[in-house]
Amino acid sequence: MEKIKILVLAKQVPDTRNVGKDAMKDDGTVNRGALPAIYNPDDLNALEMALEAKDRLGNAEVYVLTMGPTRAAEIIRESIYRGADKGYLLTDRKFAGSDTLATSYAISQAVRKIDPDLIFCGLQAIDGDTAQVGPQTAEKVDFPQVTYVEKLVEISPNQITLKRRLERGVETVVAPIPALITVHGSANPCRARNVKRVMQYKHARTLTELKEENRENSELFKDRPYLKIEEWSVDTIQADDTHLGLSGSPTKVKTIDNVVLAQKENVVLTSSDADVEELMVDLLKSRVIG
Amino acid sequence: MKNVFVYCEVTEEKRIAEVSLELLSKGRKLAETLGVKLEAVVLTDQAGDTLDTIQEFGVDVIHLAESKELFPYRTLPHFRVVHTIFEKEQPEIALFGATSVGRDLAPRIASALRCGLTADCTSLEIGDHVDNKTGKEYKNMLYQIRPAFGGNIIATIVNPETRPQMATVREGVMKLEKADKKKIAEIKNYKVEEILKPEDMVISIIERHIEPQKVNLKGAGIIVSGGYGVGSKENFKLLYDLAAVLGGEVAATRAAVDAGYAEHERQVGQTGVTVRPKLYIACGISGAVQHRAGMDQSAKIISINTDPNAPINAIADYAVTGDLMEVLPKMIAYYKKYSK
Repeated sequence: MEKIKILVLAKQVPDTRNVGKDAMKDDGTVNRGALPAIYNPDDLNALEMALEAKDRLGNAEVYVLTMGPTRAAEIIRESIYRGADKGYLLTDRKFAGSDTLATSYAISQAVRKIDPDLIFCGLQAIDGDTAQVGPQTAEKVDFPQVTYVEKLVEISPNQITLKRRLERGVETVVAPIPALITVHGSANPCRARNVKRVMQYKHARTLTELKEENRENSELFKDRPYLKIEEWSVDTIQADDTHLGLSGSPTKVKTIDNVVLAQKENVVLTSSDADVEELMVDLLKSRVIG
Repeated sequence: MKNVFVYCEVTEEKRIAEVSLELLSKGRKLAETLGVKLEAVVLTDQAGDTLDTIQEFGVDVIHLAESKELFPYRTLPHFRVVHTIFEKEQPEIALFGATSVGRDLAPRIASALRCGLTADCTSLEIGDHVDNKTGKEYKNMLYQIRPAFGGNIIATIVNPETRPQMATVREGVMKLEKADKKKIAEIKNYKVEEILKPEDMVISIIERHIEPQKVNLKGAGIIVSGGYGVGSKENFKLLYDLAAVLGGEVAATRAAVDAGYAEHERQVGQTGVTVRPKLYIACGISGAVQHRAGMDQSAKIISINTDPNAPINAIADYAVTGDLMEVLPKMIAYYKKYSK
């Protein structure tokens, strides 16, 4: 029987949640280039759920697709260390400047080529924060979607039962396979790296990475073909240029303003009795309370 | 130019969600500026009182679809009906609440219509735009303003060429304002069974536990809020004590909610509720940008933190450096002493 193909959509993102002193410029704005690149947190939850699905089905494989520049190959390696079987890096200069519609178009073209039975992705990425690429990809490949998923309850080759985390409670749904599932950050954290897989795959590279390391003539892929991370371009996925990048993006950024953390004039107090007393008297006098 | 549409979400209690009423309020202003109509889209099993509620907001047309397949919300049936309505009506602008419903539905609609969608807008305005490359001028565009990059930048987004211009907005961002005069809306009914297809019914809901809304953070004049620094659910009791004495409500940061110290409906911040109380007391809150986005418009802010350099202190009127476990009991004692 053919293995069930599970695909994880994962993104490499700048670590916007941990903006330390080093990433702050003198004018109080963030130096985006100085933020380290990480595996998008919700996508790690998605990877874990995909691996759980694989464990339960028994007869399945987990593939990872990431769209990004050359260094996003790190996402593929990291996914393989955690248990994914294989990965694809969708990379091409023509993707630059894509909004969620253009991004989901490119991803849907790649999905058509991979032809998965089930797709998992994080609810949202911490740079764009839109939560749009998942549902938009689902629409383009005509998969039903289930979003805000917190738990994989049950899975069989034909259907999947999922628990969703909503604002005021939970909901359990049954969906057919194929389907696209977006995973909430409250779902199970991703399992740790498998030491054996790290040892086996730490030398996995894309061809571009080998070129950058001046090793393009190495026998690496000949000796160990499983170490080759496939790079897919616009041509590989037969994408229409006009649907990509800036020209394929209906949303345009008009302006960007940096959020400046400016110090407000404030009263600094200690926890001493006298200071707290002063605070409460002030608040009562100004009728903020009481 | 066509009209402003607002998708009206129906709650567990079969009422129109607050965020949808806030969007009707804003939608009315946008429609007035543009000189077009305000139209509401309601998908539910039985409309009941919801139409009366909507008509208090100056809506010109209500598109109503009633069917048991439409409540509770499921993606595909709602997608099919809304897509059908939008294709026929060609909205100029379409607004959705940035809820688990709106953020599930709006992107799928935008993909099908191949139009632009901006998520979690914190402001919507009408203005002009010039394309830098072509020099083409566009008048009366919807400016969709939102934080990005974890809240470290504010972006203004426009959709020059595609329609509808779509946006999702979180609860509490727009002000709820009924129209001066109640308007009788034209009601357009849709035959849902003729619109839905068999493939729209493939997902079924087998269980649902939705808690009644216990907390009203948006309406609270005083909020005592706790962060990860509170340390435990037990310690949070102290915040409840202070709130009770001051006549306020208790809120929490995402970190505190994720750690189990407080319920999700008390969460304030970019992924929670936006509040504008006259007093916000932040206890053990570092003040990550995503949290500040939900409370920085509070009239007065007090921060209590052992870290004198906590980012929240930058926006606080009073920055108390100390342990909240010591400070809060003192606040309660002094309040009782002086408020008589």
